Amino acid sequence: MPHRTFFWFILPSALAMLLFIALPIVSVLMQSLYTEHEQVVREVESCSVFNCTTQLMVDNEATEKLYDEAPLGRFVGLSNYFNRAHLATTEVAEAWNTSAGLSDFFSNIYNLPFYRALAFTLSYTFIVTPLVIILGFTIAVAVNTLSSALKGPVIFFTLLPMIVTPLVGSLILFWMIDARGIIGASLQWMFDNPDLSLKASSGLTWIMLFVYGVWHSAPFAFVVFYAGLQTVPQDTLESAMIDGATRWERIRYVIIPYLAPLMVFVALIQLMDNFRVFEPLVSFNAGAHATSLSIIIYNDMNQDTKLLNSAATTSMLTVLGVAILLTPVLIRTWRDFNRK
Amino acid sequence: MLKKLMMAAAFSVATTAALTSMASAGSHAKCGIEKGRVNVLGNEFPAIQTVMAGAAECASDGVTVTSNLTKEHRDLQVSALTANPAEYTSAIVANSSIVPLLNDGLIRPLDDLVAKYGQGLKKNQLITIDGKIMAVAFMANAQHLMYRKDILEKAGVAVPTTYEEVVAAAKAIKEKGLMDYPLSGTYKTGWNLGEEFVNMYTGVGGDMFKPGKAELSINNENGIKALNMMKELTSYMNPDFLTFDSNAAAAEWEAGNVAIMNMWGSRAGPITDNEGSTPEVVSATMMSGAPTVAGGSTPATTLWWDGFTISKNISDEDAEATFVALMNGVRPEVLNDETSSLAVWLIDGFKPGPTAAGVFASANAGAVPYPMLPFGGLLHTAAGDELSDFLQGKESAEQALSDIEAAYNTAAKEKGFLK
Repeated sequence: MPHRTFFWFILPSALAMLLFIALPIVSVLMQSLYTEHEQVVREVESCSVFNCTTQLMVDNEATEKLYDEAPLGRFVGLSNYFNRAHLATTEVAEAWNTSAGLSDFFSNIYNLPFYRALAFTLSYTFIVTPLVIILGFTIAVAVNTLSSALKGPVIFFTLLPMIVTPLVGSLILFWMIDARGIIGASLQWMFDNPDLSLKASSGLTWIMLFVYGVWHSAPFAFVVFYAGLQTVPQDTLESAMIDGATRWERIRYVIIPYLAPLMVFVALIQLMDNFRVFEPLVSFNAGAHATSLSIIIYNDMNQDTKLLNSAATTSMLTVLGVAILLTPVLIRTWRDFNRK
Repeated sequence: MLKKLMMAAAFSVATTAALTSMASAGSHAKCGIEKGRVNVLGNEFPAIQTVMAGAAECASDGVTVTSNLTKEHRDLQVSALTANPAEYTSAIVANSSIVPLLNDGLIRPLDDLVAKYGQGLKKNQLITIDGKIMAVAFMANAQHLMYRKDILEKAGVAVPTTYEEVVAAAKAIKEKGLMDYPLSGTYKTGWNLGEEFVNMYTGVGGDMFKPGKAELSINNENGIKALNMMKELTSYMNPDFLTFDSNAAAAEWEAGNVAIMNMWGSRAGPITDNEGSTPEVVSATMMSGAPTVAGGSTPATTLWWDGFTISKNISDEDAEATFVALMNGVRPEVLNDETSSLAVWLIDGFKPGPTAAGVFASANAGAVPYPMLPFGGLLHTAAGDELSDFLQGKESAEQALSDIEAAYNTAAKEKGFLK
């Protein structure tokens, strides 16, 4: 394609990306470098339904003046990134110096909100992503062998988890795993333990979230792989059969190498999606056992006193995290591209 | 993910739009107002819907009355009222949700409107800050004790008035095999758990902040007493207690699985109506005041009010129309047999029924209001997030309190309340 054509072709989407992705990220970056002005408070008398008291209130006029002069607040550089709510450098250093051993150190670190969220986020990403690829591929291969009359309905039902809104899907599962729900009660019966509760144990909550993640995302991998399977060259497969390759050997040496680029694609998308895991944690009321980076951002914004700068900082760290995660995959793709 | 979030937002907007009462035009001036725009943002529960229905009666050719009653109102209010002109002419708020509006100066003083139209209001309905009326309260709320008379009788225990007695009663009920988990509460990690902590700490006594400062003073013996009592209570609760918000706790109660819980007064009506439960549970459900704790004399609860405010960034005409319409929603005639049981109304002529008993008993016993402090929400959030490890037995009370303090200090520094 001539460069000129390419330029006009890409211009609309480049503009949209600049406006709706690049500029907001720059704005978030700016916000993460500031905190709010020092509040001007004064004592006032306040009376409510029940009594009158003297209490502190924000002086609006004085505060407004501060913001007229410097609308973004106080510039604090990177200190938002290093405070306790984020990378917590002081606390980590202190934990390192005072901890009795490595496990004590890690439990101290795990007590910090950012690292706690990171621990779950990374576990979720690295457990769910490969399982989604394996399960999606298995389903795709299985469905591909069905007779054409069965294929339609089976594909439809396989896609259902993806069609159901994530919030609703996870809410349904949340009710099913309740001690009085069908899954929860069956598990109690199977393990003969009437006190077994999936919602009360951190370990079981994590497993449940992983299972949900795989259930929800597998159809996406399935659709991609199934489409890929339709294009596998039949000649190669037939020659493999003539050579006496078993079904497994055909999958291992013909189909998987052929679908490898698709697997990289699914891995990329899943790594990005899973790193921002959010909805299941909300629907499963899992706050006590698991939080994610997106949940911290949401909690900062979703309270009476919103912490915009803190949320901006966590957002930037999330972007950074996604970039780090994707680097190996992108480098690989780049090498493959150059080889050709 | 952004796409999914937006879809979730669109979904919630769609559901609330369905509930939005759009009064039809086609009639002449009503309630004495000719022209104006009335658009109210508020929480969604039956009492507020009643007020809005009353306000909607003022709709006419020149006056539009619309509302958006949604659980997400707290997330919308600041941005919606910052716009000029503001999207909503009024926000219905409570003790805690008025704070961000006050912090940013988004609501107007109501003194002149009250002087002109507010003759029917009682003095305690006027929320006054620094001598200016900022909101008009129309209902009160508090968490208080709800108990099953039949179960307590079978267990042979009296109605508890202290949390120590609540624990003893729970022990007796469990030992007699009447229930596995006799207690419940709104202990869901986050806002609910933070509220339980504020309640319990208030009961133990002492201020949560150093007087006249934004510095916390909970990391002390009182804090430890409060936490230990919370933990003792949770040992008699369903192990899933950290996922229980008021909906889940109310459902547990209606299912007959719980004998005693500290619950919102505004839930007393819905729980004792004849829907969602058995006559056996409903007839035995009784309300009483919130218990005291650790030998204190203040009930371990906080009093709440709900009231309406008027936006600053709107025309005086709209402000007047909104005030008059909402006054129409809280006039004494709004109260009838059905609406009376929906809340503890502050409206003149309200006769408290059995469902209001708990809130009244708590208030009469000297319960204190939830503080309207500009930094109060930061403590609430810190407590709600940091306490779940302690309640699961993963860390000590001392550690939990210093975690709350550290989380609060970080947030308060960012907001500029602490240096």
